[in-house]
Amino acid sequence: MIRIENVTKQYKGSSRPALNKVSLEIEKGDFVFLVGASGSGKSSLMRLMLREDIPTSGSVHVMGENLVAIPSRRIPFFRRKLGVVFQDFRLLPSKTVAQNVAFSLEVIGKSQGFIQEAVPDVLAMVGLEGKADRLPGELSGGEQQRVALARAIVNKPAVLLADEPTGNLDPATSEGIMALLERINLAGTTVVMATHDRGIVDRLQKRVVEMRDGEIFRDQKSAGYIKTQTDSHPVQSWNLAADQSWSLGGDN
Amino acid sequence: MRFGFVMGEIGHGLRRNVSMVISVILVTFISLTFVGTASLLQLQIGQMKNYWYDRAQVAVYLCTEVSPGDVCPQGEASADLRATIEEKLQSPVLKPYIKEYFFENHQQAFDKFQEQFAGNSVAKYVSPNQLNETFWVSLKDPSKSLIITESFSGVAGVEEVRDQRTYLDQIFSILNAASIAAVGIASLMLVSAALLISTTIRLSAFSRRREIGIMRLVGASNFYIQLPFILEGVVAATIGSALAAGAVLSVVQFFVQGYLAAKLPFTSFVTLADGFLVAPALIGAGILLSAIASGFAIRRYLRI
Repeated sequence: MIRIENVTKQYKGSSRPALNKVSLEIEKGDFVFLVGASGSGKSSLMRLMLREDIPTSGSVHVMGENLVAIPSRRIPFFRRKLGVVFQDFRLLPSKTVAQNVAFSLEVIGKSQGFIQEAVPDVLAMVGLEGKADRLPGELSGGEQQRVALARAIVNKPAVLLADEPTGNLDPATSEGIMALLERINLAGTTVVMATHDRGIVDRLQKRVVEMRDGEIFRDQKSAGYIKTQTDSHPVQSWNLAADQSWSLGGDN
Repeated sequence: MRFGFVMGEIGHGLRRNVSMVISVILVTFISLTFVGTASLLQLQIGQMKNYWYDRAQVAVYLCTEVSPGDVCPQGEASADLRATIEEKLQSPVLKPYIKEYFFENHQQAFDKFQEQFAGNSVAKYVSPNQLNETFWVSLKDPSKSLIITESFSGVAGVEEVRDQRTYLDQIFSILNAASIAAVGIASLMLVSAALLISTTIRLSAFSRRREIGIMRLVGASNFYIQLPFILEGVVAATIGSALAAGAVLSVVQFFVQGYLAAKLPFTSFVTLADGFLVAPALIGAGILLSAIASGFAIRRYLRI
């Protein structure tokens, strides 16, 4: 689904490359945490996967598209197959929840009929049924991130990139968002999430890719935030129980 | 492509920078009015040339008793000399070029002078003898006046040969210079209009950077993102150029036809038909200019 090969990214005016010969492969349906300190190269990697930027050398393939060679007129069509959420939600403050979601469909030319059907569906899925006509300013941070998630998945993307989606949220609210992300993942969407949230990574026990100084420091299946020798983890027992309740779609 | 959505975006953008939009409208309005006036002036010059060149005559002025001695050593041209000149006009060499000619004697010249300078004190001091007797020659092709000029210059009894077109050429060159100056001012203003449009677009894009960012993320095509901005510039400039077209048409209708034509009944002026030739060209120029300016601006400030 995502294949990054030997990618180096050198920004102008900086002596050290932001990414140094990074290779990474993510399969369809994977749930991957991208962790690491600020400046470790997480964001650079996310930008490459979004085709916000191109690598200095190496190749990036996402959903069968070679993002190094893709002509600029095809980039929008590539992005339609991709969902993105950010730490700062990026909602339009003057539009209601439903309008925010509808906007992303309007601008890619979807019909009014499709929009009228898809928007309530996706709002129900993220648990915002009654809040379609509210403005983002009237919602809590967790609810705003749900709107952003609704917007990201309304077009049924194959890949969802989440750049610190819980960065602005308290732990309880974050859990709700993570439950939603897991549900999206279970429906078949590949999820790549960059995060600093140690608690979340430890609890979910998913694949963890840790970046350090522009290189991949470790890439472990079912791991926690800190490098461990085995896949087992002290908190795994209660974590499993919590996992189940989330995947049933329970709210926080 | 959803028409209503694009229209909504344009309306939104126009409302958001009203003052910039108004300045774009005014600058395109004024600059295109200059362009329109200059082109009407050119049409007017062309029309006057057609009209007057056809009627321009070559004057062969005969010597009078007050003519300077070096060109007219014999003084007043005698009847004999006059007959020789007339003979020459009828000669087979010149005849094919001449449509018609007539002779104006002292008295006729005096009457015409009195009529032209009626009320002017100079009319009182002139006597018929001081005014030249003249052969007025109309040519079949007014541009061939050199033939007459060369044939009669220096001939005994001829004081001067004068092509009326030389007077007209002076007037036309003044009008021409005026229209060139108008075009010069207009092109400076068009440059500022183009810059204003691109600044407006830039502001507009800046004030909508959130929307643009989201549009890019969700995969709106470049065309879809850029179109509202380009149309925004085009709409503003179209309003300006429509105003310019209206101004040019009303100048033709109310000033030229309503005022000048009444004052100067024997001159042919540009008509509303000429105005309708210029007006669409102005609107077209406005649209083209703004589309290019905003397209260029958007390409610079809205990279995907």
